[in-house]
Amino acid sequence: MMAFIKVVLLTTFAAVMVGCSSTNLRGTGDLGVVIERASGSVQIVETTNRTVLSRVTGLGDLSHASVVYSRDERYAYIFGRDGGLTKIDILTSKIVKRIIQSGNSIGGAISQNGKQVAVSNYQPGGVKIFDSNTLELVADIPATYGSANKQSKVVGLVDAPGQRFVFSLYDADEIWLADLSSGKPVITKYKNIGRQPYDGLITPDGRYYIAGLFGEDGLVVLDLWHPKKGVKRILDNYGRGSKKMPVYKMPHLEGWAMTEDYAFLPAVGRNTVLVVNRHNWKHLMSIPVHGQPVFVMARPDGRQVWVNFAYPRNDTVQVIDTEKMEIIKVLKPGKAVLHMEFTPRGEQVWVSARDAGKITVYDTENFNSITTLPMNKPSGIFFTHRAHRIGL
Amino acid sequence: MASYQHNNLLVTLLFLVMMLTTFSAATAAGNISGQRQAELHNLLIQDCGSCHGMTMKGGLGPALTVDVLKNKPRKMIEVTISLGRPGTPMPPWNKILSKEEIRWIVDALYSGVSL
Repeated sequence: MMAFIKVVLLTTFAAVMVGCSSTNLRGTGDLGVVIERASGSVQIVETTNRTVLSRVTGLGDLSHASVVYSRDERYAYIFGRDGGLTKIDILTSKIVKRIIQSGNSIGGAISQNGKQVAVSNYQPGGVKIFDSNTLELVADIPATYGSANKQSKVVGLVDAPGQRFVFSLYDADEIWLADLSSGKPVITKYKNIGRQPYDGLITPDGRYYIAGLFGEDGLVVLDLWHPKKGVKRILDNYGRGSKKMPVYKMPHLEGWAMTEDYAFLPAVGRNTVLVVNRHNWKHLMSIPVHGQPVFVMARPDGRQVWVNFAYPRNDTVQVIDTEKMEIIKVLKPGKAVLHMEFTPRGEQVWVSARDAGKITVYDTENFNSITTLPMNKPSGIFFTHRAHRIGL
Repeated sequence: MASYQHNNLLVTLLFLVMMLTTFSAATAAGNISGQRQAELHNLLIQDCGSCHGMTMKGGLGPALTVDVLKNKPRKMIEVTISLGRPGTPMPPWNKILSKEEIRWIVDALYSGVSL
């Protein structure tokens, strides 16, 4: 009798397991990855019920790590500081492949057709391009400059329409445009663009590449519809001004907020967010904020802009109403707020507080905290809808 | 001969400065509470680490590993942290950290930083 019951139980158990594996089929559109920078791990999260699904470890030095997604939103490519490039299957939480492709890297991008992943490196300075499927090297572009053939640190790497990548050479004061449409990189170099480009972004429509300058005031724009026209300087008042202000954390341009008419940008070293006319790049106004802004990000509908700040004023997030052009909410998510990520349509925002060891999820309409998720020194938050956005 | 003496004097001075630095650093650590030391350690790994790497192997800023530092005078590192480095993104920390705290960080860098 006991044996019979055992058999029945086991059969039932097996049936349930089989049933589970079929009901476990799921999409990835509500998934994301949170970087745990100090432990070389990531947490895979889902934004529908706001839970952690799993953790993947063994990813090396993840300070300043960033992520891009395959176009099927199944694979996350993680760029680590130590030159590591790791491809993770976010459905099975497994590392598919991991390579160390340089000594020191800063970020990456995925091509328009999803077939290539590019990494920008500090050491040795340059860009390497890999097959997104196998992570085999497709092209190596050393950022060699000047008569001494030095290699520059590369920053602000983005993908652009037409199987192109654009990036800036921090030490060389150049912007390079790499066209891979023929299979091999064809490089156009823009020289003497201004001193120390420290980051770059591409507008959401993929038309303008914009590099911020650290060594002088102003920004540089490259119109990718007309790359032969060269670069143009804009916003000569953007920056630290004649009295150079110390900058305790470099602002991130990728997070630049674009609404229909305005771009909102972090001032360098000043406690202001600048509002710029997107059509002629003229400065319209400055909004005083809590500290030196790091990320300035628009909710997907453009109605709000969320801002976080540099050390030591980094326990705060402010929300700007883009119609009134004023701060409508101040939030305190905890010590060392490093990043914010909106859900695809913006009803929630996830905010990481590194030293508080948690993610706080806010409702963006009433600013209530919906839930908090404990994490180990969380930094960047990357949701899968980035897979379908130019430049992300 | 004059130049030799001059050099000798410099070496002696440098030695004295180093002794003083080491001495004051030792007393400095004594004056910094355990909790504050933990905060400074976190600042060093996480915030300095944003540019220099959490393992101090470099990034936008140069590497600050024990190997790299062994050929650099401590005073120079201390002054760089205090006043920043004009022309680079390195900001001055003397508005945010006390002298003792900066010396504590220099000590930590020279003895090797671990997570």
